[in-house]
Amino acid sequence: MPKINLSHFEAAFLFSLFTSVVMGITSKKTDKERLDYGVYCFACFLVALFGIAWLMRLGHG
Amino acid sequence: MAAHSQTAAHVTKPATPLNVWLPPVILGWVIPGGGHFLLKRTGRGALIFASVFLMFLFGLFMRGMMFTPQGGGDVLTSLINYGGFIADIAAGAFYLIAAMFGYSQPDLPGDVHDYGTKFLVTAGLLNILAIVDAYEIAAGKKD
Repeated sequence: MPKINLSHFEAAFLFSLFTSVVMGITSKKTDKERLDYGVYCFACFLVALFGIAWLMRLGHG
Repeated sequence: MAAHSQTAAHVTKPATPLNVWLPPVILGWVIPGGGHFLLKRTGRGALIFASVFLMFLFGLFMRGMMFTPQGGGDVLTSLINYGGFIADIAAGAFYLIAAMFGYSQPDLPGDVHDYGTKFLVTAGLLNILAIVDAYEIAAGKKD
């Protein structure tokens, strides 16, 4: 079985993508709402990813 | 008065028969997205299958750890082990096949292994969301 070494960003990006797809599908009632919510979740994940990364960087000085 | 009649109407609503919602729930557990396929929601089923499968596969490729149901020295450790085990087996056939082929990874230090463990657990948790969705579709609570 192959072994892969993903960076923090790559792993978090993939995690966000797969999670957003399933959350979008299971949370809303119409296809338009599902797509919008999936994109919204993905954007929130990325904002949190970059926001927390910058906070940690600034916190460390 | 109105609230009372609403409550009464809610109580008298008949429960969905077991044979309507159980097959999609069981199939949805064994094959992620399978419940949606059974209910003719093929597009959604395919997306769920792909997401859970890829999440689990990346977890394996990153050599994530599978939890085992064992009690630790304290309540928190037991909770993490049992909770992680339940989330792992929620991935259905993917977990069963990996276990059948002897996948066993010790809990090693390192961020990649740690991500892998989280990916394996999250694949199961996402499948639980999909199973609940399949149940709601079968019960007529959503389209």
